[in-house]
Amino acid sequence: MVSSLKRTYGSGIREASTYLGQNYLVVDSAAVMDVLNILRQEQEFDYCVDITAAHYPQREKQFDLIWILYSFSKNERVRVKTQLGDGESLPTSTSIWPTANWLEREVFDMFGITFEGHPDLKRILLPDGWKGHPLRKDYGIIQQDKEWVQINLGIESGQ
Amino acid sequence: MTDPTTYLSHLELGQPDKTFLDSNELIINMGPQHPATHGVLRVILKLDGEKVLGTECVIGYLHRGVEKIAEHRTYTMFNPYVDRMDYVAAVSNGLGYCEAVEKILNVQAPPRANYIRVILAELNRLASHMLWLGTHALDIGAMTPLFYTFRDREEILKIFEKYCGARLTTHAFRIGGCQYETYEGFEDDVKKFLDFVPPKIDEYEELLTTNRIWVERTKGVGYISGDDCIALGVTGPVLRASGVKWDIRKAQPYAAYSDFDFEIPIGQNGDTYDRYIVRMEEMRQSLRIIRQAIERIPEGPIMAKIPKVIKPPVGEIYHSIEAPKGELGYFIVSDGSTQPYRVRVRPPSFVNLQALDLMVRGQLVADVIAVIGTLDIVLGEVDR
Repeated sequence: MVSSLKRTYGSGIREASTYLGQNYLVVDSAAVMDVLNILRQEQEFDYCVDITAAHYPQREKQFDLIWILYSFSKNERVRVKTQLGDGESLPTSTSIWPTANWLEREVFDMFGITFEGHPDLKRILLPDGWKGHPLRKDYGIIQQDKEWVQINLGIESGQ
Repeated sequence: MTDPTTYLSHLELGQPDKTFLDSNELIINMGPQHPATHGVLRVILKLDGEKVLGTECVIGYLHRGVEKIAEHRTYTMFNPYVDRMDYVAAVSNGLGYCEAVEKILNVQAPPRANYIRVILAELNRLASHMLWLGTHALDIGAMTPLFYTFRDREEILKIFEKYCGARLTTHAFRIGGCQYETYEGFEDDVKKFLDFVPPKIDEYEELLTTNRIWVERTKGVGYISGDDCIALGVTGPVLRASGVKWDIRKAQPYAAYSDFDFEIPIGQNGDTYDRYIVRMEEMRQSLRIIRQAIERIPEGPIMAKIPKVIKPPVGEIYHSIEAPKGELGYFIVSDGSTQPYRVRVRPPSFVNLQALDLMVRGQLVADVIAVIGTLDIVLGEVDR
């Protein structure tokens, strides 16, 4: 599978390896949508388990975006990982797996990564008017949107 | 409270017709304070008379930032927090987390610890399904099953209390195994429970399975096909009731599950009734697993050799288990320090809830209640 992908995308696939028995691919953000499409259409990864991200503020490309995929026919998991800079966006994968809808909304809510063409991209866990994206590393653990709390809850602080 | 119509962008709200002879579309709020939403779930319904044209879930009322907290705690300190997500199946949450950390540390819990884990996790699956059955039946209008199931669930909670001192948020396991050896009389208690419960499950079935009202309210309600389940990432009993025979305990066995004989019950119709039948059968299969485990439980240590200070090597790991509600996964990123760099919880309730819209479109308002019940969501896990 990896070799056929590498033939098509060449340098787009940076790394394909196994850590503690779990397979993962590191892919350039320009090639990642094609790779996901191929994994779904040709390699039968029909179940998108999860989409998530991790923030590395020291890096130039600050975000890791991770798809965890599973194939029912092969009983196999694979992770696809790509790097994304702050302010960059990717096309949505809701057309590949409808379940990506809420998962991408959560990534947007928590990290501020936007997905182009998403049918309904808005916050999901935090209130609509909230400022900031809490799972970024520069967001403090007790930090909160004071203005929102004061206006909507009528209290000085939520702490 | 914000104007509900602002949420409905994707439902293509037209202007309602002006004459009252045409049926007007109506937007109503269900929740967040509504006894049948099993917590603080707000569903905005777009109705044509009694018919549901579309829904929008507003969630996050119970958001506590569990994933953020994880980044500021050591691996060991974060362990009790996971119990507070799916608080009716805390043992499963703990099992998933401990196994994920063990995986990234590359250690294995000893066999005896794995057997204790299986016994407690399956007892917890029973407790979770009992609570589901009682509340689901109550939502639909049958009050008696609630008292029956809560009475019998109490016996499970008593075992938990004797084992680790807590009834709900148990914190039963530690990274590397179990902290507590089984108490004296544990095996007798479990065996007594195994004899006590099967007739009770028959009793619940007697109340509901052929009950005319129950059948009318559940058959054909909230249909979802197997393909739609897969596309929407729906797992657990909901997936199996749509005819997909998939259970992580069989597909990718963890703990000691490969040692036991059990069946994966499946349904054909993918409706609320089949999901009820599947869960009832799952309870019986759980009893089968517990019986095998308690008879064959090996002697030996209950803790693996793990360092006092847990510092996993740099790397990423994803590990998932079959929680009572579906696939519960933990994605852990380690930077080599004592605190996880990132913990992502893949919650089954959150992903399953996304299917609500598809399942209730074209059905009646009263069926929305039945479908929320049959999805078996816990809002603590949806919102984390």
